Amino acid sequence: MNASPASSTPPAPVLTVAPGPHIFSGSLTTRRMMVDVLLGLLPLVAVAVWQFRLLALMQIGIGVAAALAAEWLFQRMRGRAATLSDGSAAVTGLILALSLPATAPWYVAAVGSFAAIGLAKVVFGGVGQNLFNPAMVGRAFAMIAFPAAMGASAYVVATSPVDALTHATPLTALKMANEVTALGPLFLGTTNGSIGETSALAAILGGLYLCLRRTASWEIPAGAILSVVVAAGLPALFRDGSGWSVAHDLSAGAFLFGAFFIATDPVSSPLTPKGKWIFGAVFGLLVLLIRRLSGYPEGVMFAILIVNALVPLINRVSIPVPVGGPVPERK
Amino acid sequence: MSATASESTGTGRFARGVHPADRKALARHLPIEVLPTPPVVTVPVLQHTGAPCKPVVAMKQEVPAGAVLADTDAFVSAPVHTPVAGAVQKETVATLPNGRHVKVIPVKTGPEQLSAEALWADLYGGEWPLEGIGALDPAEIVKAIRAAGIVGQGGAAFPTHVKLARNPKKPVDTILVNGCECEPYLTADYRLMIEAPEPIVAGTLIAARAAGAAGAVIAVEDNKPEAIEALRKAATGTPVKVAAMSTQYPMGGEKQTVRASLGRTIPTGGLPLDVGVVVINVATAAAIARAVQRGKPLTHRVVSVTGAGIANPKNLLAPVGASYADLIAHCGGLKPDAARVIAGGPMMGFSLGAFQTPVTKGTSGIVVLTAEDVKRSAETSCVRCGRCVDVCPLNLVPSRLALASRHKDWTLAKRYHLAACMECGCCAYVCPAAIPLVQLMRMGKAQMQKEMTKS
Repeated sequence: MNASPASSTPPAPVLTVAPGPHIFSGSLTTRRMMVDVLLGLLPLVAVAVWQFRLLALMQIGIGVAAALAAEWLFQRMRGRAATLSDGSAAVTGLILALSLPATAPWYVAAVGSFAAIGLAKVVFGGVGQNLFNPAMVGRAFAMIAFPAAMGASAYVVATSPVDALTHATPLTALKMANEVTALGPLFLGTTNGSIGETSALAAILGGLYLCLRRTASWEIPAGAILSVVVAAGLPALFRDGSGWSVAHDLSAGAFLFGAFFIATDPVSSPLTPKGKWIFGAVFGLLVLLIRRLSGYPEGVMFAILIVNALVPLINRVSIPVPVGGPVPERK
Repeated sequence: MSATASESTGTGRFARGVHPADRKALARHLPIEVLPTPPVVTVPVLQHTGAPCKPVVAMKQEVPAGAVLADTDAFVSAPVHTPVAGAVQKETVATLPNGRHVKVIPVKTGPEQLSAEALWADLYGGEWPLEGIGALDPAEIVKAIRAAGIVGQGGAAFPTHVKLARNPKKPVDTILVNGCECEPYLTADYRLMIEAPEPIVAGTLIAARAAGAAGAVIAVEDNKPEAIEALRKAATGTPVKVAAMSTQYPMGGEKQTVRASLGRTIPTGGLPLDVGVVVINVATAAAIARAVQRGKPLTHRVVSVTGAGIANPKNLLAPVGASYADLIAHCGGLKPDAARVIAGGPMMGFSLGAFQTPVTKGTSGIVVLTAEDVKRSAETSCVRCGRCVDVCPLNLVPSRLALASRHKDWTLAKRYHLAACMECGCCAYVCPAAIPLVQLMRMGKAQMQKEMTKS
């Protein structure tokens, strides 16, 4: 196209045609969203390193490096351009690493990341196409492949110089010994657990950042917290007077980490605000049910995977009605 | 409809929408300038939604300014007139910005033309008496509006006489005059509201009389306080209310304006008429006053020529049929970094490939954007972030609709109400993955309709 109307205009500008809109907000890109998630995870990383020292650094380093390597390799095998720069693989690797015990051998994070990227993401068609949260699929894979390294007993190393590792995780202590951990340590994160899950404070700080940026939809953690408060608050059903309160359920284990960072993965969560509320609420309820009624002390991973599978159904029941009502049937 | 306009219940807002930088500073301060009469105007026989007109003039015929060039008996249509005195040339075909090929009647400008001052005085100057409007015969008003070839000047160019003709089954209680001009860059309506508020107010009252509406509201976005003030002054002592709307795209869409100013919701697939409202643009209101009080047809309109890619932005009073090239040349031509020329605003306008296109009654502006303005990152996969859902003024799910359109999955498209989309562009404006959502949905809507009519 070279249609300059004024012949006096030197040099003729090069014009393009395209459908509207012709201007874009540009304030947000997919890459920027992934960078936001990495920034939001910083408080969790900081607590992990402070708590578990080099062990945490090892898990995070291996998890992220393996996820990037897997993304590169599998995209290459598919004959597609590498999508490392969008940051999504790094996010998956980091979340997976943060969900592992500090004690897990190096290959657990590596195999988990390969499973996350390969089985849960690239097989489905890459970024944006996966049904399940890749990090949680990777973790489930590792849990089945290496039960000894991922089980409740693996978290405890009685002789470890790392203080936190000498105690059982709060949820295991509750399940096995009916022992209630104080809220202070749960809040700050001086307890044992998967490296990213121990501090409620860190999860809330990072999570609020994500919600304010609207990189995470606030409806999901809100729905999750609300459902835990309601469901755990029905004492007749769940409480036994042991001193374990709703606040314990919220701050122990990976609940807040999951509610703010994993459940809010946009790809594997619903599209509309209403759907997000439902999704969050079901997630919270599932966490509670698994904690109370199953043999596992913690249920975040399974809850995420189950509620991910429900997303198409949730989407179906939460289609918004257009302003002005549905399109009338043509006569 | 029990509500009357005097108790307008709108909040001045609608839910969702976007807030693009308005960029109106490029031209908002520039008084309307009369475009020197071009040597030839090419007047399309179809400038509106509805049936095309048939030429009623012969080649080489001398016509005075304002003479009818083409007309039709069809109800949903409007005649076209020559804006200049001159000689009719051989009919040709032009491509309008929306891609439609239409017959055009060229008129070669004769030596006798109104001066710029006289033209302005004739169009918008002088007295616009408000007394006696209440005594006008509604049917006569509608007749005069049709004879003047008035169509909506806000965009869709729907024949105005059709909207204002009284229909006992659909009573109208409010005339809503739309001065929102929510598209970024455009300042044509803004300048008209400031420089010619009297004919707008007179036209509003005449339209209300024609439709039998007790109330009349002029809605203006609150980023145009000078326009609100000018209109309020002109409307003193009349029942016309000037209401400030929040500055929010697409406030100028009639569903949004009606919702924000009157608190009423137009049903999907319906018209403002279904909620007792007729919506007209401010320039249309001024044209109505001129048609009824002066017996003159719609032959000129204000066009903003603006954007960072044009040498000297201007608000031009241009004759219908002047070419885009005439207007661009009068504004000093394109700058070297111009990258896209748009008929209309940058959100819903059409990009142009050739500038011999004539200005029509619905041309609100020519926006020239630079390469920097139109820069867009490469399309990536949808990560279902839901930003499009957050901004859709109609509460649709654009990402799903685009997916359905791409895969021609009409079951999915219907489930998510594809046909309700009005293509305002909010979703594509915010999409972090740079997905051409509007383009996909527009194609999807057309294809779905085609395939469903077939079956």
